[in-house]
Amino acid sequence: MRRLWRWLIPLAVLPVLALLAYGFRVDPRDIPSPLIGRPAPAFGLTTFEGTPLSLAAHRGKVVVLNFWASWCQPACYEEAPVLERNWREYRDRGVVVVGVDIQDRREPAEKFVREFGLTFPNAQDLTGAVSVDYGVYGVPETFFLDRQGRIRVKHVGAVTDAVFRANVDRLLAEPGSP
Amino acid sequence: MTVDFGYGMTLVALVLAIYGAAAAAVGARAGRPALVESAQHAALGVFVLITACFALLTYAFLTFDFSVRYVATNTNLGTPFYYRITGVWGALEGSIILWSWMLGLYTLILILRHRDSARELYPWALATMLGILAFFLLVMTFAAPPFQRQVPVAADGRGLNPLLEDTGMITHPVALYLGFTGFTVPFAFAMAALITGRVGDTWLVLTRRWTIVAWYFLSLGLLIGGWWSYHVLGWGGYWAWDPVENAAFMPWLTATAFLHSVMIQERRRMLKLWNIVLVILTFGLTLFGTFLTRSGVIASVHAFTQGSIGALFLGFLALVMLTALGLVAWRWEAFRSQGELDSVVSRESAFLLNNVLLIAAAFTVFFGTVFPLLSEAVRGVKVSVGAPFFNQVNVPLFLSLLFLMGVGPLIAWRRASLENLKKNFLWPVVLGVAAAAAAFVLGVRSALAALTFATTVFVGTTIGVDFVRATRARLRVGEALVPAVGGLLRRHNRRYGGFVVHLGILLIALGVTGSHAWSVQTEATLRRGETAELAGYRFRFDDLTAVEESNHFKVVGAFTVSNGRALHVLRPAKKFYPQEQSPIAYVDYRLGLKEDVYLVLGDFARDGTQATIKLQVNRLVSWIWIGGVVLTLGALLAILPERRTA
Repeated sequence: MRRLWRWLIPLAVLPVLALLAYGFRVDPRDIPSPLIGRPAPAFGLTTFEGTPLSLAAHRGKVVVLNFWASWCQPACYEEAPVLERNWREYRDRGVVVVGVDIQDRREPAEKFVREFGLTFPNAQDLTGAVSVDYGVYGVPETFFLDRQGRIRVKHVGAVTDAVFRANVDRLLAEPGSP
Repeated sequence: MTVDFGYGMTLVALVLAIYGAAAAAVGARAGRPALVESAQHAALGVFVLITACFALLTYAFLTFDFSVRYVATNTNLGTPFYYRITGVWGALEGSIILWSWMLGLYTLILILRHRDSARELYPWALATMLGILAFFLLVMTFAAPPFQRQVPVAADGRGLNPLLEDTGMITHPVALYLGFTGFTVPFAFAMAALITGRVGDTWLVLTRRWTIVAWYFLSLGLLIGGWWSYHVLGWGGYWAWDPVENAAFMPWLTATAFLHSVMIQERRRMLKLWNIVLVILTFGLTLFGTFLTRSGVIASVHAFTQGSIGALFLGFLALVMLTALGLVAWRWEAFRSQGELDSVVSRESAFLLNNVLLIAAAFTVFFGTVFPLLSEAVRGVKVSVGAPFFNQVNVPLFLSLLFLMGVGPLIAWRRASLENLKKNFLWPVVLGVAAAAAAFVLGVRSALAALTFATTVFVGTTIGVDFVRATRARLRVGEALVPAVGGLLRRHNRRYGGFVVHLGILLIALGVTGSHAWSVQTEATLRRGETAELAGYRFRFDDLTAVEESNHFKVVGAFTVSNGRALHVLRPAKKFYPQEQSPIAYVDYRLGLKEDVYLVLGDFARDGTQATIKLQVNRLVSWIWIGGVVLTLGALLAILPERRTA
């Protein structure tokens, strides 16, 4: 009996190891946004080209609201082409991508838009009010809004094709606004 | 070019380390000294290669070689010379080199010291060291290579994390890593003891000083980390029970337990199993700490780089713990204790209790650190465990430990008689109680502070009583005072070194208690020329200036601080680094034995007419750093070679 019992000593570390391994599956920084399911806060900004940009104008569409900055290397640089590519693909299907540049200077931000040839509406949040309303913690963060204008998903970190498609397709499949 | 060369050297070092580990193990098994010797040469080769890698990376930093990705991400053209050197270990990849280099260094010292003295254990210890070194080289080669090409070569780098631009960042990681890696040696000898079945005292005697050295460096690393946090982070504290701090604190607790339980085994042939397990736990916890900081499994204010390295460390941790504890189970029969506990009132039981308390503290810290994970796994609820939990559980434990610090060294072995107790503890208890009463009369209303104060006086007196008594005994046999004291310290250097370390811990305890009980702070928004008051100090806002530095822009406030007599100007600042999201506070402070004045600049008006300032008067904090110096002296005394025959 005693001979078997002693093997419990090494086995005792297994549950701890299992718990730590489980840790890989969760992201401690992924704090659920209290805004999920709530109506997206309205805002009115001016795009880099000088045209007004507001959420209200895109009511009834699925909105991909992306917060970025030119100094956000490398994540924002990774996702910019992804956003542009998917925007071109989905724009005729009732989807709009909106970029909000936060805590940035104008010049490098414009250079960023130019370099990636971004054609979706992009505006600078000069006062920081929009990022405060959305509880943006860092960049990039992306919000997926349904056709009723509610925040449905918050994605932290660079958006990939898979993330973009999965969320947008799901929101498009939902019945549209009355 | 640099990248290829550096990577090549890492790869060769890895192969050599694997070969060396295998050669030492086979040599030990087959009794072929030639193979062990070959392993020694391999170890030397590994050390030389890692040193070369380290030098090469440093050179890349100094010459702004942005073709190396690690250099490009951790420095830029504005980084001052000094921080280009510390930047070498400013992030994951470089710190792994530093870690491996130290491990290599320890391996060499192990070879030099024990090659001839411990024939049976030595080859296995060498094999273990090289095996562990091979793991770190594996990380350096595949998971976090410091030598990676940056394509295209950047014109300028990103720059070092500004918080790391501080002198504390040279010494903190170095000391901490020397501590962490230092525990590899006792672990290696413990493994050797388990493999050969010689679990007696030999491995313990061999590793005694190694353990003190590692323990000392870990203590120093923790203290410097506290100092860095205090004067850089600008929140006025030095310890926050953050997972990363806990990661370094847990092995410290188990190592402290080990340092004490060793004495029972040496003296009474007890606790053999316990000691081996403590060493395994300590080493395991150092790996766990690295895993915690590098895997991103638990959220921490310390934003370290994350990556695939977490899985690698978890795998290694599993391998180490299962192998080591498996060996313990396998050698179960060899651990039969020869001594037994005679009485509850004895030094053995005081030390045992000390061990139980330290392990309890380590366990609660561990539990609190992984609890968020446990909660999410079991209940699916996200929680965070804050300082209140850790304080509530640990303060009583630490207070009891402090008390035992007075009891343990003086109480008799085996069974303490009433005379023994009276002789050793009458005065300390009287003075301790008197101290509590005095504190009350002086207006101390915090029970915890009074209790800590009383315990400190009690322990301090026991040390004084012992020292005076021992000196007197020497004077009685005709020695002069100075040689008597000198001889005492030198002949019983471990005992008195331990006492001095205890004094250091007492001072740290005083500082911690004082700063918690009596520090005050406030926040004020001042127009130019206006003053704020706190704890008898007046703070006048004089002006605000903007300064352009080599790699950042800073706004400096000038505040005249007066408390009736002295006048001085403090200049807290805010630094704006182009690569950072938010400005970094630069704290200004004036340290004092009684209290520190501590200023953090908050928001300000752009025209410099108004500024918000956080004012703190932190009590007794300096005693923590003074305690660290005393602890250093004690540790130095304890690791001197023993001179019993003098």
